[in-house]
Amino acid sequence: MMAATLRGSLVTLAKGLSGARLQPLCTRSLSVTSSQNVSESPPARADSTFKVTMVPGDGVGPELMTAVKEVFKAADVPVEFEEFHLSEVQNMASEEKLEEVLSSMKNNRVAIKGKIHTPMEYKGELASYEMRLRRKLDLFANVVHVNSLPGYSTRHNNLDLVIIREQTEGEYSSLEHESVSGVVECLKIITREKSRRIAKFAFDYATKKGRSKVTAVHKANIMKLGDGLFLQSCAELAELYPKIKYENIIIDNCCMQLVQNPYQFDVLVMPNLYGNIIDNLAAGLVGGAGVVPGESYSAEYAVFETGARHPFAQAVGRNIANPTAMLLSASNMLRHLNLEYHSNMVSEAVKKVIKQGKVRTRDLGGYSTTGDFVRAVVDNLRHRTV
Amino acid sequence: QLDAFVVLASGEISYSSQQCSNFMTIYTIIQTVTLIPGDGIGPEISTAVMKIFEAAKAPIQWEERNVTAIKGPGGRWMIPPEAKESMNKNKIGLKGPLKTPIAAGHPSMNLLLRKTFDLYANVRPCVSIEGYKTPYTDVDLVTIRENTEGEYSGIEHLIVDGVVQSIKLITEEASRRIAKYAFEYARNNQRTSVTAVHKANIMRMSDGLFLRKCREVAENYKDVKFTEMYLDTVCLNMVQDPSHFDILVMPNLYGDILSDLCAGLIGGLGVTPSGNIGANGVAIFESVHGTAPDIAGKDLANPTALLLSAVMMLRHMGLHGHAKKIETACFDTIRDEKVLTKDLGGNAKCSEFTADICRRVQDMD
Repeated sequence: MMAATLRGSLVTLAKGLSGARLQPLCTRSLSVTSSQNVSESPPARADSTFKVTMVPGDGVGPELMTAVKEVFKAADVPVEFEEFHLSEVQNMASEEKLEEVLSSMKNNRVAIKGKIHTPMEYKGELASYEMRLRRKLDLFANVVHVNSLPGYSTRHNNLDLVIIREQTEGEYSSLEHESVSGVVECLKIITREKSRRIAKFAFDYATKKGRSKVTAVHKANIMKLGDGLFLQSCAELAELYPKIKYENIIIDNCCMQLVQNPYQFDVLVMPNLYGNIIDNLAAGLVGGAGVVPGESYSAEYAVFETGARHPFAQAVGRNIANPTAMLLSASNMLRHLNLEYHSNMVSEAVKKVIKQGKVRTRDLGGYSTTGDFVRAVVDNLRHRTV
Repeated sequence: QLDAFVVLASGEISYSSQQCSNFMTIYTIIQTVTLIPGDGIGPEISTAVMKIFEAAKAPIQWEERNVTAIKGPGGRWMIPPEAKESMNKNKIGLKGPLKTPIAAGHPSMNLLLRKTFDLYANVRPCVSIEGYKTPYTDVDLVTIRENTEGEYSGIEHLIVDGVVQSIKLITEEASRRIAKYAFEYARNNQRTSVTAVHKANIMRMSDGLFLRKCREVAENYKDVKFTEMYLDTVCLNMVQDPSHFDILVMPNLYGDILSDLCAGLIGGLGVTPSGNIGANGVAIFESVHGTAPDIAGKDLANPTALLLSAVMMLRHMGLHGHAKKIETACFDTIRDEKVLTKDLGGNAKCSEFTADICRRVQDMD
């Protein structure tokens, strides 16, 4: 009887993970059970574990991944990591390595990664490994959900923004050339197809999560053709979603409004470079790069990482990095894999530690090390399973 | 009593005489400045600034000009020749907000001015104003933005239907020029460090060139500290702790975004000064807010932005004494919070606000 239910749930899970995807969010189930439903019984132990690709990256990436592994072990999470060390700065990058990562992704479909740092000098190829990974997997949408952490106050509290950024074209085309010595041109490419795709993603996301407004961020008063096309695509898509309010705002005004009154925004959608700026700005508003998780979606894959992507090389080996962002992202990954129970366990433990305020890493004003923080999270996990 | 005749740099003769108690005459050179009142609230705030300058006895004579675009011979849009002549003669200008009509057919006025006088550097000092509370209290930085090329070169093409290409242009010459200006500014204003803001990890060739030029220029200015930082790191740190930054130098698009971000930190465009420096010694100082047509003519406008830009202008001209006097009077009025215009949180009229500043300036003498 038990085995039959088990098999049934496994089949649904497998179907959910391996079916062809047109909508990027199909693999995520709507979280309808409230996390306060304590009476749910722990799920039956699956016979197999989920395999997830892990790319630690550079800087503090490996330390953060260790933190994730420790917490997962303590929480008994049925996830197995396949690690790949792809790094441009440490000379561990090559076409073969990239291929290995890609084939692993094709099998597992879900990955967790740190930031692969891009050195400023380039040897022939202008696109960095991180960009090539994104393009090969077609991770077109980057979603950063900026949430104020309860218990940690900043200048702006109770923020709840979602930033959706087109990740494969725009200013990051890596198409540059030096026509004459001393004159360099860099191309920014905007296409209708990709603009429509990201706009549709944004509106679908807003509908699914019950958000009321989508704001497109652009600079179409200056880049009339490029950003004009982006804006036009968003406006066209907006007509298909009459329940969602659509507005647009110019990027410089948007930055100014974010620091003066960020509460007027709900979901923001924008091309590549502006997304980079606003991701980091918004992360700074709630506490910095160490507290905001982010994820990237393509039609078939999901990659979980931090919201503001910095290798933070100054902190390597000093055990001071804040693992909150990576742990919250790992928790989102578990939710994506339909491991609802474990997901809630991890995220609640992290939030509880932040709220208590006793163990805080340096970026939040405390003196604890990464290790201390991880231990505190693990302790808070134990209390729940007991 | 002796009347002194003074010959101005422009060749005009103007006289001024002052006699102090022991019968010595002090010569004062009066400089002429081109004033472009602008549209909407432009004329009222320009009048306010002129009144305050008069009260402060600043040696400035104003020459008002209009810059509405006209079509010159050959069909190209240009600014009226009187305005152009006046600016080239006086070299210094003060400009109010200009409206850009949408279907007028001519490019934006600001763009036209920029092209006419080759205004390559946009300087925006952002200092927290005591008395105008924002969540950020210790801002004291300057953004210097390259204003002629970069992402705003205006070169765009529709390649095939649905695919657009915008070109970002970075040249060695422009990058070197703006870097040099930034370091000169640092030296002249006793600032300690210059930070180049870039995205050379992504746009390796273009921002790489910009960065290389900045580094080269930094070699000649060893007394000023030079650092480089990625644009996203700057944004991240700026909203958490803006006190770390001093002078920021960057290409066009990043400059546009960051300068508005910093304006937001200190309270918005209504209190932010701005200056544009051109290639032939021309400098135009302006207020960067809009024309506010809904309050135009009702004596409700806030002249602070234009006033602080005028103060920046005085400093540029070397008249530091008068600059300090007017700036202190303005900040004192805002700090006192008794006579504030509506956007600053009070309900006084523009004329009352101006009168208060004039009174303070006169009291200081």
